[in-house]
Amino acid sequence: MSTDSTHAGHDHHVAHHFRNAEHEYLTSKEGIWLFMVTEILMFGGLFVGYSIFHNIYPEMFAEGAKYLDWKMGFINTLVLIFSSLTMALGIYFLQKNQPKKAVVSLAITILCGAIFMVVKYFEYTHKFHLGIFPGRLLDVAKVGAEHANLGMYFGFYYCMTGLHGIHVLLGMSLITWVLFRTIRGDFNSNYYTAVEGVGIFWHIVDLIWIFLFPLLYLVG
Amino acid sequence: MGNNHDENHAHHITPLETYLKVAGALFALTFLTVIAHHFNNQLGVLAAPIAFLIATVKAVLVMLWFMHLKYDSVMNRVIFGAGFFFLALLLFFSGLDIWTRVAEFSTL
Amino acid sequence: MASAAAHSDKNYLNESSGLWSWLTTLDHKRIGIMYFIAVMFFFLLGGVMALLLRLELYSPGQTIMTADQYNQVMTYHGAIMVFMVIIPGIPAILGNFFLPLHIGAKDVAFPRLNLFSWYCLMAGALLAFSTLFTHKIDTGWTFYTPYSIKTGTSVVTMVIAAFIMGMSSILTGLNFIATVHKLRAPGMTMYRIPLFVWALYSTAILQVLATPVLGITLLLLSVERAFGVGIFDPALGGDPILFQHFFWFYSHPAVYIMILPAMGVVSELITAFSRKVIFGYTAIAYSSLGIAGVSFFVWGHHMFVSGQSTTAGVVFSFLTMLVGVPTAIKMFNWLATMYKGSVLMRSPMLYALGFLFLFAIGGVTGIMLAVVAVDVHFHDTYFVVAHFHYVMVGGTLMAIMGGFYYWFPKMFGKMYSESLARLSFVFIFIGFNVTFFPQFVLGAMGMPRRYFDYIPAYHSLNAISTVGSWLIAIGFLISLYVIVKGLISGEKAPANPWGAKTLEWTVPSPPPHHNFDVEPVITAGPYEYR
Repeated sequence: MSTDSTHAGHDHHVAHHFRNAEHEYLTSKEGIWLFMVTEILMFGGLFVGYSIFHNIYPEMFAEGAKYLDWKMGFINTLVLIFSSLTMALGIYFLQKNQPKKAVVSLAITILCGAIFMVVKYFEYTHKFHLGIFPGRLLDVAKVGAEHANLGMYFGFYYCMTGLHGIHVLLGMSLITWVLFRTIRGDFNSNYYTAVEGVGIFWHIVDLIWIFLFPLLYLVG
Repeated sequence: MGNNHDENHAHHITPLETYLKVAGALFALTFLTVIAHHFNNQLGVLAAPIAFLIATVKAVLVMLWFMHLKYDSVMNRVIFGAGFFFLALLLFFSGLDIWTRVAEFSTL
Repeated sequence: MASAAAHSDKNYLNESSGLWSWLTTLDHKRIGIMYFIAVMFFFLLGGVMALLLRLELYSPGQTIMTADQYNQVMTYHGAIMVFMVIIPGIPAILGNFFLPLHIGAKDVAFPRLNLFSWYCLMAGALLAFSTLFTHKIDTGWTFYTPYSIKTGTSVVTMVIAAFIMGMSSILTGLNFIATVHKLRAPGMTMYRIPLFVWALYSTAILQVLATPVLGITLLLLSVERAFGVGIFDPALGGDPILFQHFFWFYSHPAVYIMILPAMGVVSELITAFSRKVIFGYTAIAYSSLGIAGVSFFVWGHHMFVSGQSTTAGVVFSFLTMLVGVPTAIKMFNWLATMYKGSVLMRSPMLYALGFLFLFAIGGVTGIMLAVVAVDVHFHDTYFVVAHFHYVMVGGTLMAIMGGFYYWFPKMFGKMYSESLARLSFVFIFIGFNVTFFPQFVLGAMGMPRRYFDYIPAYHSLNAISTVGSWLIAIGFLISLYVIVKGLISGEKAPANPWGAKTLEWTVPSPPPHHNFDVEPVITAGPYEYR
């Protein structure tokens, strides 16, 4: 039945088990949210672990935070928030049937992701240079750590920022994918489900960083 | 069929200026976090909760406007909210155990 | 049915052919069959391992394997049965096949994702099996720290495999929730969906909410092994019991991921073979959600003797007993359904009754173990082994078999030999009790679990238990024969051989590719018997 769509003049093919494009859109959206919950719970496990050990070893965590440069985290926060804005604008322009502007917004979003990763790269290499590695690899003598298990703090630091970084890269590739599809003309105000989904994913990446920044860089 | 339909076909479009305002608020709150950080010594034990509170406000802004949850179905909001609830549960029970144990911390 | 008869020669099985058409299929029914083939293979593997374990335990001392080999076989038996057999078992096979049919949909919400989750399970399974050729792991399926950090075996590979299989489970759950919410046929309200769908829906919630925490736990374990971060390592100021919290936050709900769909199958079987509308539809439906909800509050009962605080232990003990309430609601409603029904003792019904009997024992001993004081004595003895086998095998596996015999005619369009199916039930049921009942006694006598040796005083009961395992094996071999014979030379099945009322029986056997030629419109509940 529902191979044609209620919307006039768009070329997206509605899958056979949906009634119409709107039905497909709402279902996909729910699927996306269900997936986002799993992301929150997965990252959340790390946050729970962090809270517990932060409570047990507050001084050790404070010492760890001192080795981080809050300015780097600060710049990255601003970059990510800005990229979230451009991502939202990308969808906005598609809703308004302005694909060219949408392409520009998405491209800026990818660029911001790249800047974020470059800053991250410098942060990481700087730490490696100082002998700051996670866990038992941390060079206690070289760092001059006051707490013998400072490696745990950096275990959390590298796990959380590393997993987050993987998500940034994943998000960048997803945005690149919808960027090309936008250029190809797949999306318009009637059909932009994929962009919406990728957008929600990108905002999750931002959301997690919003918490990581104060937790890792500032609290101490 | 489902519980949340009959939403009309034209999706809600958030005005451009709302996005800009939300982004402005997010930038401002980020600066606020950093400013608060510089008064950590005066704030004492409140420093961490304040930083966390600001982050939560920022997160809510992102969720409601950037992620469009404000205009989304109740079901999707419940789904997303469930994640935070179950995290709280994990923290609560793990914490319940750890903080009621007979304390015997390592010397580290 | 006129239109159905017109295309009765075309169905989902012969609609296209060739291996490639199966490996790339988006049809939920074919994906269900693919899960069936895979899971059957895993079950065979896990089953052979169980037989080897029992053979080793036939007499004290070394019998057929060394202590190290015993630890490895035990680990793989557990990991295979949990991650590859009972977790995907009912949802991925029967759920995939019948969930869309039950709610009048043409497919699940995201067919590509559905296929992808099958490949995830396969990839995870292959990765898990690859460890058999490197350093076989010996941690038990629970990967408890600190041993899993220290042992020189392929823990990381296995853990990544479990992570990938977990992803498969998440995606199935996600798919089912969206399907139930969005793809119900016109008139199919939430209170008209069959109880099997309610059970799958509750299961799916658990899969989506619990499994990600397993994911991060396993990743942290890998990081711990690679970098010695110390989160779970007491020597570095970490907390090994925190690992258990994280692990059981997933794995206790996972226990209900295993049993809830089984309860759903049993609801279908009992109402269909009692020729009577189910008693207390709403109560059974909500008790599924209730069990799913409570499951997140009880995980600490796995940790009563781990060093968890007494306060937490008491809280968890109390909360655990709450599980008995929704479970009992289900039990009594099933009994009430049979009361004054015209109970038809066909083989699926026999399995359902077997389920009731065995699950009652498994459930009641579960309440016993929920009491801290009792558990301190029974913990890590064979009493616990017997308890969870009564629930997992006596419950879930019985339901899988019953459900499979019930839906076999629909899935393959063939009938099977009823008398042989009953014979197989007799062997499995008796064999099961012979195997596991003595283990309750052994546990009460203090025989610890996970050991490859025991004192001579435990010999006779262990020998009985081993003989029982052979009876179970014979039962499953008969079932395998029944299936193969039915597939090859079974009579053609009518659309509705049992006179059941749910929607899948209104379409031809086997169903056509798109399930329904005309979208059904639902005007009444699922069980309109009398």
